[in-house]
Amino acid sequence: MTAFVELNEVTHVYGGGDGPPAVEGLSLKVREGEFAAIVGPSGCGKSTLMKLATGLQKPKAGLVAVAGQRVAEPIKITGMAFQNPVLLPWRTTLENLLLPLEVVQPHRQRLRANKAEYVARAEALLEKVGLKGMGAKYPWELSGGMQQRASLCRSLIHEPKLLMLDEPFGALDAFTREELWCVIRDLQAERAVTVILVTHDLREAVFLADRVFCMSARPGKITAEREIGFARPRDLEITYTPEFAEIVHELRGHIRQARAAA
Amino acid sequence: MKRSIWLRLAPYLFTLGFFALWEAACRALSISAFVLPPPSAIWTALVQYQKPLYTNAFHTLWMTSAGFALSILFGLAVGLLVGSSRLLRAGLNPLLVGFNAIPKVAVVPILVLWFGVGWLPPVLTAFVISFFPIVVNVATGLATIEPETEDVLKALGASRLDIMTKVGIPRSLPYFFGALKVSITLAYVGSVIGEQNASNLGIGNLITRASADFNVPLVFAALIVLAVLGIFLVAVVDFVENRMTGWAKRSQMAGG
Repeated sequence: MTAFVELNEVTHVYGGGDGPPAVEGLSLKVREGEFAAIVGPSGCGKSTLMKLATGLQKPKAGLVAVAGQRVAEPIKITGMAFQNPVLLPWRTTLENLLLPLEVVQPHRQRLRANKAEYVARAEALLEKVGLKGMGAKYPWELSGGMQQRASLCRSLIHEPKLLMLDEPFGALDAFTREELWCVIRDLQAERAVTVILVTHDLREAVFLADRVFCMSARPGKITAEREIGFARPRDLEITYTPEFAEIVHELRGHIRQARAAA
Repeated sequence: MKRSIWLRLAPYLFTLGFFALWEAACRALSISAFVLPPPSAIWTALVQYQKPLYTNAFHTLWMTSAGFALSILFGLAVGLLVGSSRLLRAGLNPLLVGFNAIPKVAVVPILVLWFGVGWLPPVLTAFVISFFPIVVNVATGLATIEPETEDVLKALGASRLDIMTKVGIPRSLPYFFGALKVSITLAYVGSVIGEQNASNLGIGNLITRASADFNVPLVFAALIVLAVLGIFLVAVVDFVENRMTGWAKRSQMAGG
């Protein structure tokens, strides 16, 4: 199977100067429709990897390709969500969802004439993540978990081929986090979108991903790769099985090594 | 319930109390009306000179509004430029700060040299004194967009103009209105300084003439008129602000 997202021997230095590289010799392949998780000690360049894959940053050396195309500028087939939901407070939740459509082609041109169709799409998406009827509310009227759900909807509204999640559940309490794991699990199953999830929560990575990549401390590169074979759809109960705990423990070992090497 | 009534009445009660204290102090210490006239004497002057106060206040209001309008236009334009480009920000910053540090009273004679005595010096003084806060605040609002928001939009191929119109400008509106409240009172100071030095009309000119005549109650009456006009204009800005950026206040109340 060919790679959908490919990074080959990528080195990146912020600002383009001679400073210490954020990532060095980073290679990674993610298949189409795969759910990949990237874990590593903090400051290992996980977020840099996301910026490289979406074309927000250009690598100093090496190749970044998505969908068979070399990435030279922002690729418009991605959706992004972050730890901070960054919804715009002067827009209602529904208007926030429509924001990507006001920017990305071809929706940009169609939006005005086909407003009703897009609003229906946004409302259907809201319903799917459990925010039915919340579209008219302002983001600051929603709880943190609800804001994060809305942020996920915004990242998916333009039907991206690639979804980039940068610790999206990091700021949430444990129960809300597990609820949102199931939300993202179901959305990914339904849309077959390729997902790259950056996280430092090993249980989250193992529960959601088909494959987990471990990164070393700065300058970051991939030190280990682990297929997660649990059958889908996965139930939250599997996180309490010995097999699950064993994989988490194994990954924990890789991270400990990465931290010790730093 | 009772507390809310007190809250509503507080502005009026405090103002009345302030003038009552003033009156009592003047009488108790028998201060001369040449030094500090009591509010009663100022009121008499207000009534006696209501005609010239009214026409001159109206003139000052005009000068201030014209200068203020200029600074909104200019301040917004420069603020948007400075906020959207790091190069311009780095280049213009020392110029702007230096310009702002110049006492505007010192600029008035130059304006008189250029434009003569009339309506232009007060308008321009009001303008130069009040545009700086607008520039700084609009630029700050634009320059502090969350990097994540920018990433979300840039990854979709948004141009800088897109980011500016969808995020930057709405986001800097609360900063802009905050600046307007500072600017409008500064514009007042500017137009009055301009009128005092280079005009035959306006409250500033009236104050100059009244103090030359040692008509101290009239000077104070003119100052009271200025204060009332200032409160009125700030109230107008407040009203517009609440209509335009109510989300900013409410989102803070909701705790995030």
